[in-house]
Amino acid sequence: MTALHLAGVSAGYGTSPVVRGVSTEVDSGGWFAIVGPNGAGKSTLLKTIAGLVPHEGEVNLDGAPAQSLSRKEKALLIGYAPQNPVLPDGLTVTDYVLLGRTPHLGFLARESGSDLSIVEETLARLDLGELAERKLRTLSGGEQQRAVLARVLAQQTSVLLLDEPTTGLDIGHAQALLERLDRLRREDGTTVVSTLHDLTFAAQYADELLLLDDGEVAASGKPSEVLTAQRLRDHYGADTEVLRTSEGHPVVAPVRTTP
Amino acid sequence: MLRSRSRAATTRLRPRAVALALAVLLAAMVFALVAGSGELGWQRVLGELGAQLTGTTSPLSEREAAIVWELRMPRVLLAGLVGAALAGAGAAFQGVFRNPLADPYLLGAAAGAGMAATMVVVFAPVVTGWLIGPLPLAAFAGALGGVALSWLLGRSAGGSGTATLLLAGVAVTAFLTAVQTFVQQLNTDTIKQVYTWTLGGLNVTGWRDVWVALPYIALAAVVLCGSARLLDVLTLGDAEAASLGIRPGRVRLVLLAAASLATAAAVAVSGLIGFVGIVVPHVVRLLAGASYRVIVPLSLIGGAVFLILADFVARTALPGELPLGVVTAFAGAPFFALVLRSSRGRTP
Repeated sequence: MTALHLAGVSAGYGTSPVVRGVSTEVDSGGWFAIVGPNGAGKSTLLKTIAGLVPHEGEVNLDGAPAQSLSRKEKALLIGYAPQNPVLPDGLTVTDYVLLGRTPHLGFLARESGSDLSIVEETLARLDLGELAERKLRTLSGGEQQRAVLARVLAQQTSVLLLDEPTTGLDIGHAQALLERLDRLRREDGTTVVSTLHDLTFAAQYADELLLLDDGEVAASGKPSEVLTAQRLRDHYGADTEVLRTSEGHPVVAPVRTTP
Repeated sequence: MLRSRSRAATTRLRPRAVALALAVLLAAMVFALVAGSGELGWQRVLGELGAQLTGTTSPLSEREAAIVWELRMPRVLLAGLVGAALAGAGAAFQGVFRNPLADPYLLGAAAGAGMAATMVVVFAPVVTGWLIGPLPLAAFAGALGGVALSWLLGRSAGGSGTATLLLAGVAVTAFLTAVQTFVQQLNTDTIKQVYTWTLGGLNVTGWRDVWVALPYIALAAVVLCGSARLLDVLTLGDAEAASLGIRPGRVRLVLLAAASLATAAAVAVSGLIGFVGIVVPHVVRLLAGASYRVIVPLSLIGGAVFLILADFVARTALPGELPLGVVTAFAGAPFFALVLRSSRGRTP
């Protein structure tokens, strides 16, 4: 089944689009990673899918054209976390995660007991129960990223759009977060579309990669097919060797040509 | 166990907090009514209140009772209304602009009202017999006009973002203030009257002013309380708010319109009273948490309490009457500093 279908999508803010002619399909329940060099348009493509950037071309969600959905209907289907989320000063973790319930409430409605239960459950799934009363800004980087993830999960959408969910995390914290995300999305059958700058992580967690360069699709497919030393030289300008882990996942290792 | 803990972590408007705030408000009203009636004697006024509640004979004469109910009572209520309006509007402005320094006068409400009031004082003939005098009417229209001008200018400059709107407010304020200053300069004989109005005060009020201001402020209070949750969503920034199904531009328009309506009504009946719109929401935030679901309603009540007490000081501290705006700043600033200090000391 297809969760997302993009056909000839161009998007951007000014006269020259940042993303040009992107066509792709995202399988339902899969993890789809958008990779590419800085400034390739990864975040813009993610925002376009979320309906936050004006675009041309077709974006279909669950078979329905995105344009036919209201802002709220879209918010019930797609959750979005930006690369650098604003963490409001003074807000507790619970209050922050509760904001994820917004699309499920009426215009002036208060959160009900069931909204609170969902928040509690989400906090527990992300091991944030102990931190529920803490102020968001007093958390460590890894805890903050988990809180952001909790907010998006509390939205209970079938598709999650995550822009660099491991920003600022060390290798251990990044791995822990991705493992957790992988487990949760499998439990819920959620489709994940994320940008990831670490290609080795991307190859380990994503079912499919889309390599974006200068706003256009340079390659897409299984990670082992997309990640080749030649492509990394062409699109990243990087000298690398693509190695394999013992499980056969590609590992992108930079190499020095001049000693 | 986990359940009860995170329930407690949700910042909600608790009935106990509201009841406490309302009790403080009632106490402030009774205090201002009773203690502020110096020449009548506080025991006798208290006796009058008791008599009204229980239906017994009042110790006051009919004329003295009229002073309490036709002069003191509306003044206390008006002070409460104006305080609620300014503090509630201040909370909304701080939320919309995601800036703790925002106040209800930010988008040209004060400058618009000031200019319109100056025009009336200088050019309009003295009229009597209107339901509302020309000065409050002009101040009301001027305040709304100033905000509308900022909004239109901000829109035409592009986008629904707050930064542009803020700059438009600065431009409109500067322009309207320049016009006011120029007109005033040409008519120096009216400066004192304009200046007195600018400093704010409630010294000529009867029930009429209460009825004039009440509908606008009540409507605004309902809208602001109803959309307080959306202010929390706005704190996430426009992209995330939009991804949660909100239209940030539209929400801002509704909130700013409601807040400006309340501000204009307050300015019309009391002139320009500063500091309430900033200090009250901040004190509430420091005491009760950062969610606007709590800040907005408690600011409305807290603003009422603050201004009732400030007005009491304004009319009793000296033989003459002090400008209310002077009292709010003079008493409010040290109090604010104290709260700020103690709360920062607690949570570094």
